[in-house]
Amino acid sequence: MTIDDGPRAQRSTSRDLERYAALFAQRTKVMKSSAMRDLMAITERDDVISLAGGLPDTSTFPPESYASLMQRVAADSCARALQYGPTEGLEIVKRCIVEVMAEEGIGGIATDEILVTTGGQQVIDLVCKTLIDPGDVIVAEAPTYPGAVPAFCAYEADVVQIGMDRDGMRVDELEETLDRLEAEGRRPKFIYTIPNFQNPAGVTLSLPRRERLVQIANERELLVLEDNPYGLLRYSGEPVPTLRSLDGGEFVIYLGTFSKILSPGIRLGWAVAPRPVLAKMNIGKQAADLCSSSMTQHFVAAYFEAGRWQDYLRSLAEIYRRRRDVMLDALAEHLPREAEWTRPEGGLFVWATLPDYIDTTDLLARALDEHVAFVPGRAAFLDGRGGSSLRLNFSGVGEDDIREGVRRIGKVVREQVGLYGTLTGSGPPAAAAATPEPAPAPPDPELAEVLELPDREQRRRGSAGEAGPA
Amino acid sequence: MSRVAVLKGGRSLERQVSLRSGARVEDALERLGHDVVPIDVGGDLVARLRETAPDVAFVALHGRDGEDGTVQELLELLDIPYTASGVSACIRCMDKVLAKHAMQDAGIPTPAFHAFNETAFKELGAAGALPEIEARLEFPIVVKPAGQGSALGIKFARTAADVPTALVAAFSYDRKVLLERHVHGRDLAVSVVDLEDGPSALPIVEAVPREEDFYDFESRYEIGRSEFVCPADLDDAVAARAAELALSVYRLLGCAGFARVDLMLEAATGELFVLEANAIPGLTETSLLPQAADAAGIGFDALIARIVELAGTRATAGA
Repeated sequence: MTIDDGPRAQRSTSRDLERYAALFAQRTKVMKSSAMRDLMAITERDDVISLAGGLPDTSTFPPESYASLMQRVAADSCARALQYGPTEGLEIVKRCIVEVMAEEGIGGIATDEILVTTGGQQVIDLVCKTLIDPGDVIVAEAPTYPGAVPAFCAYEADVVQIGMDRDGMRVDELEETLDRLEAEGRRPKFIYTIPNFQNPAGVTLSLPRRERLVQIANERELLVLEDNPYGLLRYSGEPVPTLRSLDGGEFVIYLGTFSKILSPGIRLGWAVAPRPVLAKMNIGKQAADLCSSSMTQHFVAAYFEAGRWQDYLRSLAEIYRRRRDVMLDALAEHLPREAEWTRPEGGLFVWATLPDYIDTTDLLARALDEHVAFVPGRAAFLDGRGGSSLRLNFSGVGEDDIREGVRRIGKVVREQVGLYGTLTGSGPPAAAAATPEPAPAPPDPELAEVLELPDREQRRRGSAGEAGPA
Repeated sequence: MSRVAVLKGGRSLERQVSLRSGARVEDALERLGHDVVPIDVGGDLVARLRETAPDVAFVALHGRDGEDGTVQELLELLDIPYTASGVSACIRCMDKVLAKHAMQDAGIPTPAFHAFNETAFKELGAAGALPEIEARLEFPIVVKPAGQGSALGIKFARTAADVPTALVAAFSYDRKVLLERHVHGRDLAVSVVDLEDGPSALPIVEAVPREEDFYDFESRYEIGRSEFVCPADLDDAVAARAAELALSVYRLLGCAGFARVDLMLEAATGELFVLEANAIPGLTETSLLPQAADAAGIGFDALIARIVELAGTRATAGA
């Protein structure tokens, strides 16, 4: 053959990405996309016990209920379910939302304060679209919801993360940060928080901090995006008032969703926001998708009309409570004493922090050899922190898989702890560490300030250089 | 026209990259008029190969199984001609320690290194020898898993305190790791393709990372994260020497069809050092070998056509 060009491409295909690279907008360059994403792709294999997802267990929904609800939609509202709907959502589904919000302790919501969205995720996107110019500051928790990170990045926001402890976001640190930003002439557009059973940390913002946060928002005239997907999935402890109910709707944008209480597949969420903000979000939504699915809105309306949504929610909460307990027991049995983790009162996630010489992105590679997966902590930070933490989901897989998955994670963690001990002469010999030790006592929640990552990171940076890339 | 099975994906950590390489190869093969059978490599690989009975298997796998000789061994058994290097060359390239020893023995410059498996630390007290290693290699030291194709698990140790952490990370990917002297300088890649006149070095690609201080896994595969210069702006003598080294390594390790050799041009001395050879380098939109081929006037389709053509001849020659 000769070195010429051969048959020229007859057609371009979407796979030939380089042809389009020069056309990409500047913001695509800051969209997060990483080695971790490649690793995460492997976690979806059938032979992997994945504690990485954030999935509710939809197998708990009775197929016969699904069938009869769809039958009902077909019989009563076929044409309307197949039609476009108003951008702000159908009135019939807004009435369901009012019901859910009342259950959350938020009364007196008018249906014209609600924007029905395509999942809660769209609320995050629309809030950014409405408020964020490139370089604007968003204040978020550290760690924050990994799925919000691509949205923040797509709008080229500068995300400042505030440390957490077992009472949620450190409001004192928030105030210091706001002062500092103000001194720099930068005013954050909004504060993003998941007050209940936070994703990924599993902790709940305490009432005093909620009160103070709402006060701060009022004093400084800042918006707060309260993301509350799991509020009704409480397994222990007493409910805490939402920020929206404390604030009365002045500076809080409330994000709700049917994803965790019914189904993420129906892609329905909502925002309740101050009317001027809601109006702008509505325009943003028109551009994005005109309206959310009429079909699934009718499905939700039929489901609520049947009047058993709270029963289903209770059954879900009971299943998840048991799974949480199984996970916490398994963690106590299998993780070495150097590890710490949160004990969520609800939601879907436990956040564990390992000794800082373990990088959980690397650990995931080893864990995948054992056919188990989790989310490395770095996914929940925009600044490279979280390297020794991991997020574990307990809602998406059954109790046996949780036990076995945590056992396997415990095995690889113990191996690494043992190896590090051998390498530094500081720990037990690896052979001893490989034998299961007697189960250590569960961590004392008073002592386990597992989320104070900034300090840990500073210590690490102070003593040793960063050990290369992720 | 022939039936070509494109083997891609698999369970390696480089699965995503491989899927992208595979998809692009499939497009090219279709344009070339072949009957393309895409196979995402899994438990049914042997059955799928028997069932589809391809004339050629195009191995677009990276990392474990696909680049370490395992899949090649199966293809040999099934008597299916396949692209690129054979079993033994794959094994030599995939194991950086084997490759570096071969280079050292043949007098090809490669950065000084020491390699250990996990048992050396666990059972032979190798940790006690770390100070000697550190003294010989001098900081910063690069710690790498022996058998990871991409930059996953590669860590820098800037001080002695970083070494245990870096080792723990590298051992996440392989039971064998190496500690290597860090060569500070320019990151060069020489692609080699077996053309009519035999293995030929293509124009050199230099990777200039935009952000991080290291050419890492992320920037290697993401559009916009690294800047690639091809041909690299080098003295003729340096370029010629790099090409010569790459060809020597290609022959030394027994590569076939195509391969990519990664080198460092040390800033302080102007010396070239070979880091490793990749038996199945990436063929994605941002991969280096297709860029180098393009710079040599070989379009992607022509490159793929040549690689497929060689699969048949190597099988005959190797029989």
